[in-house]
Amino acid sequence: MLIKGGTVVDPASGVDGLFDVLVRDGRVAAVEGPGVLDRVEVSETFDATGMTVAPGFVDVHVHLREPGQTYKETIATGTAAAAAGGFTTVVAMPNTVPVNDSTASLAWMLDPERGAKVHLYAMPAVTLGSMGEHLTDFESLARAGAVGFTDDGKPVLEDHVMQAALLCAGRLGLPISQHAEDTRLTGGCSMNAGTVAFKLGLRGMTVEAESRIVERDIRLVREIAKVDGVRAHLHVQHVSTAKALEAIRRAKEDGLHVTCEAAPHHFTLTDEAVGDFDTHAKMNPPLRAENDRQAVIAGLLDGTVDCIATDHAPHAAHEKEVEFERAPNGITGLETALGLALKVLGREHGMPVRRVLELMSQNPAAIVNLAGRGTLGVGAVADVVVFDAGREWTFDGSKALSKSRNTPFDEVAMIGRVVGTICAGRVVYRG
Amino acid sequence: MRYAPGSLLTVDGLPAMEVASILALTDRLETMDPKAKSTLLSGRRVALLFYESSTRTRTSFELAAKSLGATTTLVSDKSSSIEKGESLKDTGLTLRALGAECIILRHNAGGAPMLLARMTGLPVLNAGDGMHQHPSQALLDLRTMIRRLGVATRGGPGEWLRGRTVVITGDIRHSRVARSNAMLLPRLGAKVILCGPEALLPEEARCLDVEISRDFDQALDGADVAMMLRIQRERLEGLEIDLNEYSARYQMNADRLAQGKPGLVVMHPGPMIRGLEITGDVADGPSSAIEEQVAHGLAVRAALLVRALGVSA
Ligand SMILES: [Zn+2]
Repeated sequence: MLIKGGTVVDPASGVDGLFDVLVRDGRVAAVEGPGVLDRVEVSETFDATGMTVAPGFVDVHVHLREPGQTYKETIATGTAAAAAGGFTTVVAMPNTVPVNDSTASLAWMLDPERGAKVHLYAMPAVTLGSMGEHLTDFESLARAGAVGFTDDGKPVLEDHVMQAALLCAGRLGLPISQHAEDTRLTGGCSMNAGTVAFKLGLRGMTVEAESRIVERDIRLVREIAKVDGVRAHLHVQHVSTAKALEAIRRAKEDGLHVTCEAAPHHFTLTDEAVGDFDTHAKMNPPLRAENDRQAVIAGLLDGTVDCIATDHAPHAAHEKEVEFERAPNGITGLETALGLALKVLGREHGMPVRRVLELMSQNPAAIVNLAGRGTLGVGAVADVVVFDAGREWTFDGSKALSKSRNTPFDEVAMIGRVVGTICAGRVVYRG
Repeated sequence: MRYAPGSLLTVDGLPAMEVASILALTDRLETMDPKAKSTLLSGRRVALLFYESSTRTRTSFELAAKSLGATTTLVSDKSSSIEKGESLKDTGLTLRALGAECIILRHNAGGAPMLLARMTGLPVLNAGDGMHQHPSQALLDLRTMIRRLGVATRGGPGEWLRGRTVVITGDIRHSRVARSNAMLLPRLGAKVILCGPEALLPEEARCLDVEISRDFDQALDGADVAMMLRIQRERLEGLEIDLNEYSARYQMNADRLAQGKPGLVVMHPGPMIRGLEITGDVADGPSSAIEEQVAHGLAVRAALLVRALGVSA
């Protein structure tokens, strides 16, 4: 296949300009100036004139609900939504039913039978059943393809369990991906603590509930380096507060292997979006106040935040059409990530497209150690997204490919539209 | 419009003119020929949906509806499918299918009335939702103040309570009554002081158009109304509250009443815990407007029902 006429932006290889991309056997075979590859014989040409051509996006944090809750999403529908959003690789969280905590469940999930439309990886649970007590068999899981471990949705609360997890995963070169929430401080809470929660009479989660766990985990990483000589990798999921970001910033300055992700909703919305108890604005961590939103944006701009992850969390309509305090946390996000990133980070905060791409492809691929991904360098897996970077459009939830529609961004204006997604050399989405 | 006209879900953003119009309707109903009044809503169906027990609010809405000739039906947690876990949405749709034209909802989750109104398209009257709002209570409290203080309600409603100070004392954090009053009264021109220890009155309350005081005696100085709130023992779990100390600092008693401005009006939305936030002698004394609050409740709720069902009176 020849992807022709587009502006190739590949931060990893430093390419930025008009190039054609030749794909052979699922890999990038050549990236050359206009016309150079015209005489090469190809079965298919993808006309990318006027478009941006970039490495396919990598999302290190998605919920695909299979097994167990296929009425919300399946691996097939979730990865179709991913393709529509320009993602060519997604990492499935383990909070399925049952929890993905064994090599058998991992193998089942990754089986081609499930019909994934893009590359699918998984992070199995840190602890059995994500109960926070006994570590899963990291070594076997790693051999079976785990790209990290997480009890997402829940924190690993006990110090000694987290310590053992970081050490064990660190020896395997894999990250522990932590949902940073001190649940001892958030019982009965359904949104961010602050004036909006006060006005609505809802119990609020404080920023300390997040930052305390981040600070504790960083302390453990530091101790492990000192005591065991192991460079443990802590990945902080969906960081949402200035306070946690400050701790991460310091840890990075000290050279610790600490990375973090931010979700599009956290840099786009504040707790004001809860409005009159809109359950589509209910997620965990909750939408925060404006100063925290600005801190997340600043962290994305200055490199404290390593990548954008959607925390795509589909729920059926009937589950969200309930009292706010009873509604499940989470929103869908795969199909709106690029549109929000280019609007909020690009247009409103001047982030270059190149940096957005780093946050959505190169960096997340590095966090889960996917060599040859997140780049269009010659020899890399031909995962490509073609998008119209300047295109203004309005997201229509009813046309979404995810099985669920729980999004606060229905009918919201975005910038940057995916027109094609190519996964290992095959077109998996055409807009 | 997202909510059916005639709904009353919150006082947040409720314009002063709308408040004035509800109170004017209350006045008209009160002086209306009793016979005409008793058929005003005849043939109309009102459902009371109570997920939380309540004596005064429920009875008051029910009697108000009946006094206007409406047919009422009560669905409460002890006696219905809601106990079996049917969703609020489905319960609302069932009531609508059975012909309910308006639903009065009391619920232990904040925002439930908005959900019900969105799902059914019916006018919904919020009879208290979680720790969020109790709008009909705020309106009846307002009417009680206006009457007790002898306020003239001819000019613009934004000036009605100009120069008046209302002190709301107690468990503001957990009180939908406090929240509703604190949002409503400043819009009528009143100065509102919220009073209580930090555990019961968080600093976030400053986001409202109110003052905050930790010292009840100081707050009472020059106040026209002292609104006392029930200490919600069931919600104090995890908070450091010494009830004896609380009473010493924040209880309305004869001493404090004597220190206050002559004519100070004492109010309480009930149910009271005599001897804790208020002493029995003050509750029963001449400064107390507690019984009048109940009477105004009936009158205001009649007006809210007439308004909800779009009947002109
Ligand atoms: Zn999470």
